[in-house]
Formats: sequence, C-alpha cells, structure tokens
Amino acid sequence: MFGAVTLELMKGLWTTIQIFLLTLIFSLPLGLILGVGSAGRWKILKRVIQVFVWIIRGTPLMLQLIIIFYGPGLWLGHNIWSGNEAGRITATVVAFVINYACYFSVIFRGGIEGVPVGQREAGQVLGMTKSQIFFQITLLQMVKRVVPPMSNEIITLVKDTSLARIIAAYELTFAGFSFMKSAGITWPLFYTGVFYLAFIGILTLLFNYIEKKLDYFR
Amino acid sequence: MAILEVKNIGKHFGSTEVLKDVSFSLEEGNALAIIGSSGSGKTTLLRCLNFLEKPSQGEILVKGNAVFDASRPVKMSEQELRRKRLHFGLVFQAFHLFPQYTALENVTLAEKLLAQEREDFKSNKKQILEEITEHGNALLAQMGLADRAAHYPHQLSGGQQQRVAIARALALKPDILCFDEPTSALDPELTGEVLKVIRGLAEQKTTMIIVTHEMAFARDVADQIIFMDEGYIVEQGDAKQVIDNPKEERTRRFLSRYSQG
Ligand SMILES: Nc1ncnc2c1ncn2[C@@H]1O[C@H](COP(=O)(O)OP(=O)(O)OP(=O)(O)O)[C@@H](O)[C@H]1O
Ligand SMILES: [Mg+2]
Repeated sequence: MFGAVTLELMKGLWTTIQIFLLTLIFSLPLGLILGVGSAGRWKILKRVIQVFVWIIRGTPLMLQLIIIFYGPGLWLGHNIWSGNEAGRITATVVAFVINYACYFSVIFRGGIEGVPVGQREAGQVLGMTKSQIFFQITLLQMVKRVVPPMSNEIITLVKDTSLARIIAAYELTFAGFSFMKSAGITWPLFYTGVFYLAFIGILTLLFNYIEKKLDYFR
Repeated sequence: MAILEVKNIGKHFGSTEVLKDVSFSLEEGNALAIIGSSGSGKTTLLRCLNFLEKPSQGEILVKGNAVFDASRPVKMSEQELRRKRLHFGLVFQAFHLFPQYTALENVTLAEKLLAQEREDFKSNKKQILEEITEHGNALLAQMGLADRAAHYPHQLSGGQQQRVAIARALALKPDILCFDEPTSALDPELTGEVLKVIRGLAEQKTTMIIVTHEMAFARDVADQIIFMDEGYIVEQGDAKQVIDNPKEERTRRFLSRYSQG
C-alpha cells in the first residue's frame, strides 16, 4: 500500500511542480514589467496597473481559476482548454501567472522604489545609459530587497497549487485525497503533508542561501 | 577663454523660483566656491550643470560651446546627453557609492562601460580593462586609499567613502568637477581628510566648483567665491576679498554668523 500511495503522490507532485515552475517562469518577468510600470512616471499606465492589481489581489485565486477554466467555454461556446490533464494544468498556470504577477509586481515596485534616487543619479552623472543604470546598479540592490518578501510569496505559491484540484487537475493534494475517497484511509493525507514540507524545506534552504550570497553588501 | 560660462540661468519648480538670473564664468584650472544659506539654490545650480535638472532659462557653455540653451530647446538623444554630461563630474553630499561594488569597482565601473563603446574594445579588451583598473588604483592611491581598493562601501568610514566618490568622479576626467557640500554628511573629525584631498586637487589645477559651508577652506582653496541668497548671486569675486571684505551687506551678515560660530 505504502508503495502504491508513494507512486500516486509522486504523480501528483509532478503536476504540482509543473504548475509551480511554469507559474514562476512566466509570472516573475510579467511581475517585473508590471512593477516597473507602476513605479514609473506614466500616470495612466500606473493607474491601469493599480486597478488591475487591486482586482486580482482583492478576489480569491480559486474564483479566478474557476473563471479562467470555465469562462471561455461558456462565453465562446467551446472550451479553449483541452479537456485532458495538460489543458487543466495550462488553465491553472494562466490563472496563477496573472495572480502571482500582481503580487510580485507590488514586491518589485517596493524594490525599485526602495533603491535611493541618488544611486540612479550617481549613474547618470557618470554618463551611464538608462539600461546600464538598471542592470549594473539598480537591479542587484532591488533583488536584495525583494528576496525576503519574494520567498514568502513563493512558499505560498507551493501551497496554492493545491487549488488546482477545483478544476480537477491531478496535483499533490488531489492525489492524497483520492485514497480517502477510494480506500477510506486518511494517513496518505498526512503523507501528502510531508511532501509539501519537503518541497518547502528545500525552497527555504535555497532562499537562505541566496540571502547569504547577497549579504556581502548593505 | 573661460572653460565654463553660465548665462542667466533660471529655474523654477512649479511656481517657486529657485534660481534667478544666475551668471558666472570659470577659468580653466580655477576653483570656485559657492556659499550661501540653506535653500538658496546651490544644490539646484550644481544639478542644473550636471543635467539632473533642466534650467527654465539661460545658457551653459563649456569651452565656448553651448551644452544647454533654454531658448533653443532641442530633443537630445541619450547618447548626446551623456556626452555633454561628461564635461561635468559631481560629488554628492551623501556620497551615493554603489554598495554592491568594491571601492575600486566603484571607481572603474563607468569607465569600463564607456570603453565598451570603443571601436578597438573587442580586439584589445584585456589591455583596455587592465589600463582602467590601473587608472582606478592610481586614483585611489591619490586619495590615500590604496589599501582600501577591495573594501565595500559599508566597510569604509564616511570620509573614506567620500574620497572613493571623489576618485569615481575623477575617473572620467571631467572638465569641471562639482562638489555639493562634500563634508556636510561627515563627522567633524572626518572632514579634514576630505578637505585635504580637495585641496590637493586644487593644487593640481583641477577646475572645480565647490559648494561648501567651510568658510576658511573656501577662502584658502578657492580662487573665486560666489555668495548666493534666495536664488540670486548676491556677490562674486576673488575668494579672499569676498570673505575678508565683502561688499554686500547680505554677505557680511551671512559671514558674521559663521565667524561667530
Ligand atoms: N525637486 C524640487 N521640487 C520642488 N522644490 C525644490 C526641489 N528641489 C529643490 N527645491 C527647492 O528649491 C530651493 C533651493 O534648494 P537647494 O537644494 O538648491 O538649496 P541649497 O542652497 O542647496 O540648500 P542647502 O544648503 O540646504 O543644501 C529650496 O527652497 C527647495 O525647497
Ligand atoms: Mg544643497
């Protein structure tokens, strides 16, 4: 039994990892773009991003996920997500990317605004281009500032992947739950918890390492 | 011919006029000190020279060429703006060193980035970078910081940080080096080391504009002094004359506050 459960949970874990990684890969750059936009000088853009972020952060991720998965089918008359597992994962990733990009944008914005203007001005006075100033001066200081709040958010993301169960994506929690339904046993649920703990434990170690790496400057 | 001519510069933020009809010129190799009470527009003037603020009026000429002319607004490309900027260097009151770089890297970063635009950069990369590093080390040595090259800013005292900032500003060989109250953010016991370095630069005939509250230093080191009040130049002239025998009543009043202090 233990072996069978482990195997199923592994299957679920693989889906969880896919959702997690794909969400990160797309939401980090998107969040950066939104963050730069909302920290920038363009008033209308700022406002638009602000409202968008407000809506996304102000409503449950689960609700967004349901709308994204079922909405297109009802509005367009045909489901844009193929009905298989891949389609469910894709829909989940789309919803998560939008949601997490908003959370990340707020963190990035704080990071950008947290770098003193004097840093940028010092670069300007030294004849650096805008992009040189961003990549050579601001970026790393920003990264240092955003790592702690970012690690919190990313750890939350790991746990949020369990929401994909609502559209029947076979992720880790769903896998653990399936044994309760089919065999009436609860210990796989606790075993599932161990999987999450291990996942998050590894991430925590990674973030601690990054924070240490950036400790050489203030 | 004067290396720098500032003609009728005006600057307002919204409805507040911060600089009014500011004109002066500076000869190559001379040091100009700007004194004046808080809020008189000294920082704004330096920021205008360094293109951190855009004057509302007036003209700025370097070596006879207009680098800025408010009456003929032109859309400058980033490239052009950068080239014009490099006529000037600026040392900030609060240093603004780049925290993630060592003292040496702070000094050499801009020069290295600029070198990438050289045509021979790809073929001569190693040699060019070595030369820049050597130049950076020489500048740090000149600042008395040869043994601090590998230190990060947070590992340096305020006086050392400011000297690194001076080396950084010198690295690109600006025609005119500006200082905005270079010692105001320092503990009193650390001002001496920074003033000494600036004095050394003056002795080497570095063209400088120094905003300062150190009157004795200004009198000693500067060739000319400008006294500003409420955005106007109230008095300008030979440094010793302005400090010892000010012509204007307002200058006298301002200076008397310092001699008593
Ligand atoms: N970005 C800005 N927006 C609005 N007002 C400004 C701005 N920068 C400066 N000022 C105003 O311009 C005036 C001159 O400021 P400035 O910093 O040039 O004075 P200063 O002579 O350098 O003073 P201090 O000796 O205190 O450094 C002040 O009244 C200041 O409040
Ligand atoms: Mg000032």
